[in-house]
Amino acid sequence: MEQFFGAATTIVIGVGGCLLYFFASNLLLDRLFPASGPNISRNINRANAIRPWLFLLPALILLALYLVYPLFWSIYLSVMDAGGQRFVGADNYVWMVNDPKFIESMRNNILWLIVVPAFSTFFGLVAAAVTDRIRWGNFAKAMIFMPMAISFVGASVIWKFVYDFRPEGQNQIGLLNAIVEAFGGAPETWLTHEIVNSFLLMVVLIWIQTGFAMVILSAALRGIPEETVEAAILDGASPLQLFFKIKVPQIWGTILVVWTTITITVLKVFDIVLTMTNGQWGTQVLGNYMYDWLVRGQDSGRASAIAIVIMLLVLPIMIWNIRNARREMR
Amino acid sequence: MDNIVGQRSSLTWLVNLCAVALVLLWTIPTFGLLVSSFRDRDQILSSGWWQSVFPQEATMQYRAGAPDTAVQEGGLFVIAGNVFEGGGGVVSAFGITSREPGAFAAGEVAQTNDGYELTVAEDGSYRLTSATPFEGTRGERIFVTTTQPPTFTTENFARVLNAEGLGRGFLNTLTVSIPATVIPILVAAFAAYALAWMDFPGRALLIAAVVGLLVVPLQLALIPLLQLHLKAGIGKSYLGIWLAHTAFGLPLAIYLLRNYMAGLPRDIIESARVDGATDFQIFLKIILPLSFPALASFAIFQFLWTWNDLLVALVFLGSTQDQLVMTGQLKELMGSRGGDWEILAASAFISIAVPLAVFFAMQKYLVRGLLAGSVK
Repeated sequence: MEQFFGAATTIVIGVGGCLLYFFASNLLLDRLFPASGPNISRNINRANAIRPWLFLLPALILLALYLVYPLFWSIYLSVMDAGGQRFVGADNYVWMVNDPKFIESMRNNILWLIVVPAFSTFFGLVAAAVTDRIRWGNFAKAMIFMPMAISFVGASVIWKFVYDFRPEGQNQIGLLNAIVEAFGGAPETWLTHEIVNSFLLMVVLIWIQTGFAMVILSAALRGIPEETVEAAILDGASPLQLFFKIKVPQIWGTILVVWTTITITVLKVFDIVLTMTNGQWGTQVLGNYMYDWLVRGQDSGRASAIAIVIMLLVLPIMIWNIRNARREMR
Repeated sequence: MDNIVGQRSSLTWLVNLCAVALVLLWTIPTFGLLVSSFRDRDQILSSGWWQSVFPQEATMQYRAGAPDTAVQEGGLFVIAGNVFEGGGGVVSAFGITSREPGAFAAGEVAQTNDGYELTVAEDGSYRLTSATPFEGTRGERIFVTTTQPPTFTTENFARVLNAEGLGRGFLNTLTVSIPATVIPILVAAFAAYALAWMDFPGRALLIAAVVGLLVVPLQLALIPLLQLHLKAGIGKSYLGIWLAHTAFGLPLAIYLLRNYMAGLPRDIIESARVDGATDFQIFLKIILPLSFPALASFAIFQFLWTWNDLLVALVFLGSTQDQLVMTGQLKELMGSRGGDWEILAASAFISIAVPLAVFFAMQKYLVRGLLAGSVK
């Protein structure tokens, strides 16, 4: 109860405080530079120059403190020792490139980066194309989209159950091994099977992200001008040709956006690996490896260095996004 | 577009088949866990969830009544009872050794090594007879192969909510996510209005910065912020996680809301200005109500994200049983109770029930937000 009281108080203070701040600061501004009297035009100009910053201030403070400052402080920590006390130069980075676990994480992250966006986008495209053409399309869409609402941890439980293993001779209770046995194969402890296990973890993320890809791509497909489609049909294009040669090229930009958005999610992947294998049996990824050094290793230097690597991988997409956004605003 | 000439109807069944396959692939894993969360522990372990509606065959061991419970009937000493002890089920076979637990069909008479005669009927009633008094202090072992009717139960849910402490975790999650959803909305809305409708130097730069901050990996912010919180005396507390979630949600909130507000008709705002309304009034009375769809989209995103988050909660909240949020508890359970699927399944479903309900109720806004939020 006490914590609910705390939460309710916080909501009231947070929302009320915000309103009070905006109201009071605007009032103060109007008092300081009243839109009347001898200096009316100068006052209005000054008030108009200051007011945007009053509106922006709380957001800017939070963004600066919680997102911009950590960026620079992480760079600083990454050249310090485990406790952040002593300058060690590039030691953490040198350690990193020689660390087999880090190299394994990089290798896996690259695999994830190729496989997950590719399959999610592909399945999303297929799902979008298919569900747009059937009567129960909306229901089908909702079902494929549903995993979006499930937490990564929840999804991990769901899929770990699918991959469950019972020794041969017992009834398999995991769907995957049951299917394998039905086709005459021997059951496997899939999650300890190197390389295969990484792909099985990727399946979880693909399963979650396909819905996102489908929703965006479906909207893009509907936005295609009908004349181009009709012209192609009149020219005798087959449905497959129509899809791949007429429709897909026209939504290429959207496909790219979906791809990069999923790429960002993949770079930060953490929960799935932590809960399903905790990086054992060759499944480590950067996000979980960083957490490992932060919590288990208690080494803010190495953990920060790994975080910087993740940031560097995100950077090209960040720049690309900013350029696109600026082009669009012009 | 299904009425365009040239869409061949022969393809329709293929498209439908494709859709059915996709939907099944995407729902079956969740469905499997849902079914399992209602099953009895023993049944989960002895058969796959897809067999759960069929009667379950299981072998169990039973110990007959102790020798001193024997009664004399004529010249015979008899121990009788029922292996189900009140429960239901059908016995198909029984045995007297663990090597051959199903050696005899129900109703047959078996000779034990001690010279007793044993018979177990289909309904589970057994009768152990001997011409001489029974010896020893413990009852005879009986192995029975039973067919149990499928049993479904809500016991798992009751158990995880109370004994496993998930009820507490549910409250903790709620405590984290509600303020973390509500507070950023107002902060972001004011900023978004300034970025959309007010003219000032550096505006374009700020918008670009917001777009950039959208993708900053959280991993980068964890260590510096944890140090900051510890130094500021906030430590690992709800206040800390509310602030963190608020700030992490801001870039998306500002971005979504700014895009939406910039699309509102200019005339409304201009005419309000002409009528002498201040920016503060315009924002509160015109822009905010008109932006409801965008506000709803963001609120859903932020709620799903804070409810489902594991990383931020692990770092910014303590890790004692009382402080864990549900995702944290699930993670712990997966480590400590890895094989107890009835517990894992029920826990997972309690934790995903709320987001799923929000998802199905507000899907429209979620889709709208997604379409607006992906950088085009």
